[in-house]
Amino acid sequence: MKEEAIKDLLYKIADDQLILGHRNSEWTGLGPILEEDIAFSSMAQDKIGHSLAFYTLLHELGEAEPDLLAFSRSATQFHNSQFTELPNGEFDYSLIRHFLYDNAEAIRFEKLSHSGYEPIAKVATKLKGEIKYHVLHANTWIRNLGSSTEEAISRLQNSLNSLMPYALGMFELSVYEQVLIDTGIYAGEEAIKEEWLTRIQQVLASTELTMPDIPSQTPMLGGRYGTHTKHLQPLLNEMAEVIKIDPTAEW
Amino acid sequence: MVLQKEDILTLLEEVKDPEIPVLSLVDLGVITGVDIAEDGHVTVNMTPTFAGCPAMDYMKKDVEQTLARHGISSYTVRMSFDDPWNSNKLTEKGRAALKNFGLAPPPTYDLILDLDILEYATCPNCQSTNTTMRSPFGPTLCRALHYCNDCHQMFEQFKPL
Ligand SMILES: [Zn+2]
Repeated sequence: MKEEAIKDLLYKIADDQLILGHRNSEWTGLGPILEEDIAFSSMAQDKIGHSLAFYTLLHELGEAEPDLLAFSRSATQFHNSQFTELPNGEFDYSLIRHFLYDNAEAIRFEKLSHSGYEPIAKVATKLKGEIKYHVLHANTWIRNLGSSTEEAISRLQNSLNSLMPYALGMFELSVYEQVLIDTGIYAGEEAIKEEWLTRIQQVLASTELTMPDIPSQTPMLGGRYGTHTKHLQPLLNEMAEVIKIDPTAEW
Repeated sequence: MVLQKEDILTLLEEVKDPEIPVLSLVDLGVITGVDIAEDGHVTVNMTPTFAGCPAMDYMKKDVEQTLARHGISSYTVRMSFDDPWNSNKLTEKGRAALKNFGLAPPPTYDLILDLDILEYATCPNCQSTNTTMRSPFGPTLCRALHYCNDCHQMFEQFKPL
């Protein structure tokens, strides 16, 4: 039971990172300015590296090799939140997703660095430093653009409004939620969400953006247990193409 | 001759960071331990600078080849997060090497890596601390882009972590 709970936790974390990492990499060559092109490519590299660290922990618990986990499952076997699989849209849309996701990821790593399951604690201790750069990048852009031109503000606000139900889907409860909390492995999604709302609100308060009304939102759930939008499978096919062409390719 | 831990570390001085060829892996701080078993088996423990750093695989292979080249036939090179890397692990010699290479070394810090440290850098050209972070992401995962407000030049910094 406890081991199944740990695997469930590892899968959702690793799959979120892998999928968002690949979405980030789609900005390579397309970023609005060179520095942003580099930033999204770097964050893609980081996230795919982070997912590898968590897939490695799964492999140590008897699951398949990391590259098989990453490239040979179908959409219904993926545990990522629907939030991470949505297409990039315009830059403002990607920026809002980056802001909402990485603030949550930072909290997840901070909490997991105290996990009672030592292998997770070690990885999280390392990654909580790396993720600070993602949060710094996101928060800086939101602060700057969120109080700049009318167009920028209204674009960001629209993206924020349409992404919020998906972002809340990140906190879908695990079927093992109580086991994870009781055994001290994970603080639980509710605790992460509370802290996340506070941090998001803090940044938004320094801009002209408005926090959407949270109680009236319907979170987009299901991703943690294989229910995905139509956008995931095509992305997985594309990701698997590289490995089908060259099974020894480094990733 | 019976090899000692120090001998192995001396050998590993030869292995450089492929992205910063003046910096050895020992000075980079990614060699976290060397164990020599009674039967002579050498275990080198390594840890990545950044988990997604594509150069880490290359560095691991380079360590293996260097051990083999020096006649060590029984060895294991392990990559793990047991003793995770942070930028305080860079040696003084490593920091000097970075500076000579034109990269600002990361500031050292106590315990908590807060935002002020992330954005702080000393210009490697004129030593000014009147600098601004332009982007936390540079040409490689371990570098950030900064601008010097005194000599008006962009420079790269090895990121504090
Ligand atoms: Zn200067």
